[in-house]
Amino acid sequence: MAQEKTYIEDIERTLYDIKNVDKSKYKSQSGLTEDIIRDISARKNDPEWMLEFRLKSLEVYNQLSLPNWGPDLSELNMDEIVTYVQPDAKMTGSWDEVPEDIKDTFDRLGIPEAEQTSLAGVGAQYDSEVVYHSIQEDLVKQGVIYTDMETALHEHEEIVRDHFMKLVPPKDHKFAALHGAVWSGGSFVYVPEGVHVEIPLQSYFRLNAAGAGQFEHTLIIVEKNASLHFIEGCSAPKYNVTNLHAGCVELFVNDGARLRYSTIENWSRNMMNLNTKRAVVGKDGVIEWVSGSFGSHVSMLYPCSVLKGENAKCEFTGVTFASKGQNLDTGASVIHCAPHTSANISTRTISKAGGKATYRSAVKVTKNAPYAKCSVNCESLMLDDISRSDTLPTMDIEGDEADIGHEATIGRISDEAIFYLMSRGISEDEARSMIVRGFVEPIAKELPLEYAVEMNNLVNIELEGTMG
Amino acid sequence: MEKLLNIKNLQVTVADNEAEDASKEILKGIDLQVNKGEIHVVLGPNGSGKSTLMNAIMGHPKYEIAGGSLEFEGEDLTELKTFERARKGIFLSFQTPEEIPGITVENMIRTAKQAVTGENIKVVKFRRELKAAMKELQMDESYAQRYMNVGFSGGEKKRNEILQMLMLQPKLALLDETDSGLDVDAIQIVSNGVKKFHNEDNACLIITHNTRILKQLNVDKVHVLMQGKIVAEGGPELIEKIDKEGFGFLQGAE
Repeated sequence: MAQEKTYIEDIERTLYDIKNVDKSKYKSQSGLTEDIIRDISARKNDPEWMLEFRLKSLEVYNQLSLPNWGPDLSELNMDEIVTYVQPDAKMTGSWDEVPEDIKDTFDRLGIPEAEQTSLAGVGAQYDSEVVYHSIQEDLVKQGVIYTDMETALHEHEEIVRDHFMKLVPPKDHKFAALHGAVWSGGSFVYVPEGVHVEIPLQSYFRLNAAGAGQFEHTLIIVEKNASLHFIEGCSAPKYNVTNLHAGCVELFVNDGARLRYSTIENWSRNMMNLNTKRAVVGKDGVIEWVSGSFGSHVSMLYPCSVLKGENAKCEFTGVTFASKGQNLDTGASVIHCAPHTSANISTRTISKAGGKATYRSAVKVTKNAPYAKCSVNCESLMLDDISRSDTLPTMDIEGDEADIGHEATIGRISDEAIFYLMSRGISEDEARSMIVRGFVEPIAKELPLEYAVEMNNLVNIELEGTMG
Repeated sequence: MEKLLNIKNLQVTVADNEAEDASKEILKGIDLQVNKGEIHVVLGPNGSGKSTLMNAIMGHPKYEIAGGSLEFEGEDLTELKTFERARKGIFLSFQTPEEIPGITVENMIRTAKQAVTGENIKVVKFRRELKAAMKELQMDESYAQRYMNVGFSGGEKKRNEILQMLMLQPKLALLDETDSGLDVDAIQIVSNGVKKFHNEDNACLIITHNTRILKQLNVDKVHVLMQGKIVAEGGPELIEKIDKEGFGFLQGAE
């Protein structure tokens, strides 16, 4: 039989690639200087301590060097990145008040529609600022707060001050420091003790301006015995210049609380996505991460769970799809700090057309965490000979009686499996697509519905070739 | 009687992994005819080419037809791809069924049924039929929602093959050592499955080492394959002879 080529289509990007004319009201100069930081801070009307925090972060940024591992970041030139782009819109609770072009963008992304059918609250950020926010009235009555970070900084200053970048300190790494200096926008969620938010909240981050950075900060506090499902979506149209995303997510899951944090990242192929996410979980608390990385040119993303209270749990489910020109370095880390803490990490990565997908995990069990349980399962599928997949797990076990399991497989679609499906009457292209779909199925079933559909679309397969 | 499978002087080679250009001849001229309503058995020692015959009929890309003809219902099969042969009504029960993670048994069989019939299969009716067939094979219903063969025992995988055969209703079922590695009870269940499947409009071609399963079925014809050639043919009495004496008496029969 002659050589045949099978193409797994890329994610349909037309929807995301529609760019609006840049009508921003204000843009900072490109680059990173003290003056620029002071300017951003003044425009945002920061309290004094926040300005100081930003300036200190800048100092840390200047002291730290780029990571000496992972993807090459030398293409990123901070002198060319515009760190603050203020859209010409005020934050509002009514879509009618959102400028037409911005509203159209979110319409196309299906945000207002999802808000009506399946969400209890929505935040929409356009470039550096949040332009729309809403939350259902009954949640407000129960004391739930869901707003943009700027509003939270002024209306709930004490809470923000007590938590802001406490979990991810600026000195953590260079891009955490950068975030501390120039952060803008993002979401603040507070769920009071015992309150269960039954319907998800969703924030959507859209970066429209070319050559800009987006540095939104997400701070979520779920108090004792409360629960929340938070969804985050991100996208941007493609430009020929590098865009940068260096967000920061801090999740506080208190005793007996449960938080499910789902992210689907579909950045364009000119995006450097250097994002930091961390959760701390109290006694009997549960953090569930669902993480889909589909877009961007380069990604470095390793959500971390600090299991601080006895019996705290982490469930991590991730999928990464790297195609041509993409180097996606993703994974997860867990730090067991208390007895009987447990973690379950399950990831799938697919690489095609020369894309590179790396799974990186770190599991640490401290002396204070006897009887820790952790199971890591990462599977990679390479769809052709020019793509690459790696798995790089590390483990550091100090606690007694730890039960740690790790399974990693890297494979290709087996010819025998194709033959098996074909012997049942299923065509070759459908057989391949079934195998790929089956491969990501354990992850797809965890995704919010609209994103699961999107992921299924990406495994639509086209067969091309000749018999001879 | 209506001819289903007609094989004449079939020669099959397989690419030799050791030397890239070289290929090894495994079947050295086979003649075999299977009519509707018949059950045929192929016996033979390990390495005699039995599985190669099955794979060649099904169109496995690793096996190349070097000569002879292979027809199904009067139509040349050699130019057809595996899935096209399946749609013509040929089914292979694998010796080692593949595991397909993420695809449930129900989803797989329904997709396959749509592919072979070319019809949209209604879920409710399909489920009812699947449930009945599973009951027949003493498979727990919950297996319908499990991923294809993943975590199945050897016996469960074989039962799952028979389940697919019952659901897809092929005209010709090739069973490649479906009974191997099964205990007495499982063999009983599998042979009941074959009995349930078989009727005057279809046919079975069975490879086995185990003559026990054959006692349960009305075998029409036995072919003995050795070193890529059919060295003896006969009725069910041949089974008993081989059972007692082994293949030794056939050495040099060619």
